[in-house]
Amino acid sequence: MNNPIENLNKTFDSRVRLGIMSTLMVNDEINFNDLKQLIDVTDGNLASHIRSLEEIGYVKVNKGFVGRKTNTTYAVTKAGEKAFQQHLGALEKIIKTMK
Amino acid sequence: MNEQDQPLQELRQIKKMMERSTKFSSLSGLSGIAAGTCALVGIWFVVQAIAKWKQNHIGNLNADRDELATQLLLIAIATFAAAAVTSFIFIYRRCKKLGIPVLGMSSGRVIINVAIPLFVGSLFVFRLATSGTYELIAPACLIFYGLALVNASKYTLDEIRYLGFTELVIGIINLWILGYGLIFWGIGFGLAHIIYGIIIWWKYEKNGIYE
Repeated sequence: MNNPIENLNKTFDSRVRLGIMSTLMVNDEINFNDLKQLIDVTDGNLASHIRSLEEIGYVKVNKGFVGRKTNTTYAVTKAGEKAFQQHLGALEKIIKTMK
Repeated sequence: MNEQDQPLQELRQIKKMMERSTKFSSLSGLSGIAAGTCALVGIWFVVQAIAKWKQNHIGNLNADRDELATQLLLIAIATFAAAAVTSFIFIYRRCKKLGIPVLGMSSGRVIINVAIPLFVGSLFVFRLATSGTYELIAPACLIFYGLALVNASKYTLDEIRYLGFTELVIGIINLWILGYGLIFWGIGFGLAHIIYGIIIWWKYEKNGIYE
């Protein structure tokens, strides 16, 4: 039997990335400022975590406009959704084996 | 926190983030109590105004209806304003305490979902008033308010859904007991708000903690 801990996704080790993914799973899209307030992090910290999630292909970025102001929103990709579900499944398994 | 707890903690964190980003949970029970109290005080003023008007116009109830109507409208506006301001103050305090923006994404969704049925409802009630169907005004207010609450409840505390159903039931009963609108308003806008306010306060705020 393989160790369930191995199935945990290393990408979600960080509180910020876990927060970003949890939020995006239940919202179609969300903009930078709302995300910042929800997760309670600095601009730079959030931006770097979003970038890394984007590079892995879990998050997609949509650059749009509200009037003349840029409004960048983020959404989860299919791959991101799948990875997050697997991560949840792994967590569940660990908890079950602990019982 | 030991290593065994970590997956559980992580799941809790995920759940919290999912809820925080979809639900506006910083409603304050005190807001409900304040709004309900304002409603009861407003209704008391209405009862007084009607009694005084009846005393001044014994045997000639058709005279000066406009004067009474203006008076009642002013009381209604004052009551509504007082209820809105006091409940906003308590919600504002609660938001500050929990560190949630008062006007953010989550509160925006609640506001829009409350506003749609309320806007249609106010048009409907306006037409009831201008077409002289006064007896239907009270149940219509209760029903549209109930629908607004049920509609917005998926973006806020679950208790709001039950408050919405309560308003709907009271409004529907009122439809078959016309002419007692003030009593039903007292129950729906006064008592129901106070009771749910106490429940919400008891459940979420009593110990100063949340979750």
